[in-house]
Amino acid sequence: MSGHSVVQHFLTLRLLPALLVFSLAAERLAAEEVDVAGEQGASGLRVILLQDYNTRVVLFGATVLGLASGVTGSFTLLRKRALTGDALSHASLPGVGLAFLLAPAMGVSPKSLSVLLTGAAISGMIGAATILFIRRLPRLKEDAALGIVLSVFFGGGVAILTVVQRTAEGHAAGLDSFIYGQTAAMTSGDAFVIAVTGLLTIAVLLAARRPLTLLCFDEGFAACRGYSTFLLDLLLMACVVLITMIGLRAVGLILMIALLIIPAAAARFWTESLPRMIVIAALIGGCSGFTGALISALAPGYPSGPVIVLVCGLLFFLSFLGGTSRGVLIRSVRRRRLNDSIDREHLLRGIWELREGDACGVSEPPSPAAGAEELLKIRSWSVSLLSRQILRAAREGLVFQRSDGAVVLTDRGRIVAERLVQNHRLWELYLITHADVAAGRVDREADAIEHVLEPELIERLKKLLYSRSAAPGIPSSPHPLESATPVVSEKLDTAEGGA
Amino acid sequence: MSETAVPLSIRDLTVAWHRKPVIWDVEFDVSAGELVGIVGPNGAGKSTLLKSVMDLIPRVSGRIEIFGRPWKDQRQRVGYVPQRESVDWDFPVSVLDVVTMGLFGRIGWLRPVLKRHREAAQRALERVGMGEYADRQISQLSGGQQQRTFLARALVQEADLYLMDEPFAAVDAATEETIVEILREMRASGRTAIVIHHDLHTVPEYFDSVMMLNMRVVAQGKTEDVFTRENLERTYGGRLTLLEEATEAMRRQEKSL
Ligand SMILES: Nc1ncnc2c1ncn2[C@@H]1O[C@H](COP(=O)(O)OP(=O)(O)OP(=O)(O)O)[C@@H](O)[C@H]1O
Ligand SMILES: [Mg+2]
Repeated sequence: MSGHSVVQHFLTLRLLPALLVFSLAAERLAAEEVDVAGEQGASGLRVILLQDYNTRVVLFGATVLGLASGVTGSFTLLRKRALTGDALSHASLPGVGLAFLLAPAMGVSPKSLSVLLTGAAISGMIGAATILFIRRLPRLKEDAALGIVLSVFFGGGVAILTVVQRTAEGHAAGLDSFIYGQTAAMTSGDAFVIAVTGLLTIAVLLAARRPLTLLCFDEGFAACRGYSTFLLDLLLMACVVLITMIGLRAVGLILMIALLIIPAAAARFWTESLPRMIVIAALIGGCSGFTGALISALAPGYPSGPVIVLVCGLLFFLSFLGGTSRGVLIRSVRRRRLNDSIDREHLLRGIWELREGDACGVSEPPSPAAGAEELLKIRSWSVSLLSRQILRAAREGLVFQRSDGAVVLTDRGRIVAERLVQNHRLWELYLITHADVAAGRVDREADAIEHVLEPELIERLKKLLYSRSAAPGIPSSPHPLESATPVVSEKLDTAEGGA
Repeated sequence: MSETAVPLSIRDLTVAWHRKPVIWDVEFDVSAGELVGIVGPNGAGKSTLLKSVMDLIPRVSGRIEIFGRPWKDQRQRVGYVPQRESVDWDFPVSVLDVVTMGLFGRIGWLRPVLKRHREAAQRALERVGMGEYADRQISQLSGGQQQRTFLARALVQEADLYLMDEPFAAVDAATEETIVEILREMRASGRTAIVIHHDLHTVPEYFDSVMMLNMRVVAQGKTEDVFTRENLERTYGGRLTLLEEATEAMRRQEKSL
């Protein structure tokens, strides 16, 4: 599965539930509007000023969680194992329920977060092992393994939680908050566990960044350099399990995968360098964690998971639009620039070709010039586009406009035009002689390609074609310059008239 | 290198994917300072052979020695150029980063990449004619440039034995020339290269010896001795139907279990 479809999958599959849960909570809170508002007015300021120790710690925990998710997610996304994280987080649910049920028998408090998270980690690891096992079976593919583990473990987890909820203390424990996350339920002790685990994961991943980069880029090469791809994958999976565990409290297991994938995917819009991608992903994740937890603290009752994921989604959307490397806006600017330069090249070439015949036999040919009507005839340009291109080319010193309105190539413009015509015809010639393209069609085919020809390619074309034909220079067009020929004789007077 | 052991010696090698054997009973010796070509039809097991030399896939039987020692002791002396299609070229790294990967073994996990490492990578890039592309994003490379990048990554390792999987696949004449030149430089400095190759016309020109593989070794030896029409027919012709039918039967049986 390509990185792109994974991202799409999660944007639609996880942002929508996040939005749904969020709006359900909002509706519920709207019904109890009065008392929430009263409470909020008093505490809101304290929250924003970070006066509560507890709020501070919870915010810190959520931020570290986001940072660590960004770092881990970058590697899993590049390893194309993003879905594994989803299966692992779902697989942790039965562990939470079982840990709660079994803890008293082992003499520990079932309410302690570390006990529940240990349960989550163990069942997550069992899920991971099951995935690895199923994948080894012949005729079962990776996605089957993930689907099986995800749904079976999650189903089992929901069943166990239903049992737990029936017991009195089970109901009070609020285990269901693990599904959608609830920072309000987070104690400072919980936040401490989260922060330490998160920082530890970041440290491990950064220490192993080189082998992991090799693993993600070129598995075979990593293996032959002596890195065990099995152990590296295991390390990465262990990090995913750890992050998922500490994310259960704040984000919940359904949405945890969104925090793992979206920051990394969003970071890709900003950079083409892996270290920078990791930093940006961490920042986006950290920012989402902080903002989500803050909003959730301001408006208790909103589940924090959906809020965090919605902030994440918003940042993704902004990156998608404004990312400086692959964002939509920068890409459309680049495309506009390319189109502009293509149009300008056509303009220069058009003027040159219109006057090509005149140069014959004249010892000192005049600068090629053409009227707007001629130019409009050779290309399907609109008047406004043409005049815009003329202005632009004039600003760059390639053409100037004579008093009679004719567009004249400057010396520099003429050199550029000659090179363009040469490239165009070389390519046409190549298509005809080497690629069996019919002479009537080469003009359009060459049009599409000539603008992207690199200098080295032109050199090779020259070598290839000039060794066959006679003189170097600009070859004559292999096809009649259709509309140009009649126009030339007709319009010559006007063009030359003002000279 | 003052040793007598040959760069690569393979005895009685059989490899299977999911218990379906893909190469049988391969015996193979490579002498030092030779350019060795491996030819054979698609699915003949050429890539599998190289991978099993590097212990990337488990083997059913066989002993492989590199300069007289098992692979895991000699890893640093072997450079590998994988098939270009085996990686995602949309990965966020630059050309220089990829070449530097060849030095990770020397740099270690935590130490920073030093100037001298970057210079070594840059020199390797210049050797393959990619000096100006060091800072390019790998997604912007043409196929031939990707291949040169992989070659440069193997070159920085300064290995004694190189294993290359189709370095000439879909490259233009200029790149092919560069690669051949580098192979000859390697040979001149006493290194050995084993190259999977598909263009049969150039085999006699490029390679000192050749192995013709089609699930088993059809012929091997000096190119002028074994690269004959008859051997080619045996390698590429349908003479191995029995062997194939046997494996197919095994696969069917495996499936029905
Ligand atoms: N990962 C794999 N899992 C299962 N079977 C595989 C795997 N890789 C290769 N094979 C099988 O092993 C056989 C040999 O494959 P190999 O890639 O070695 O061929 P090759 O000679 O390199 O072919 P090509 O010229 O197409 O590269 C093929 O029949 C193929 O189906
Ligand atoms: Mg192959």
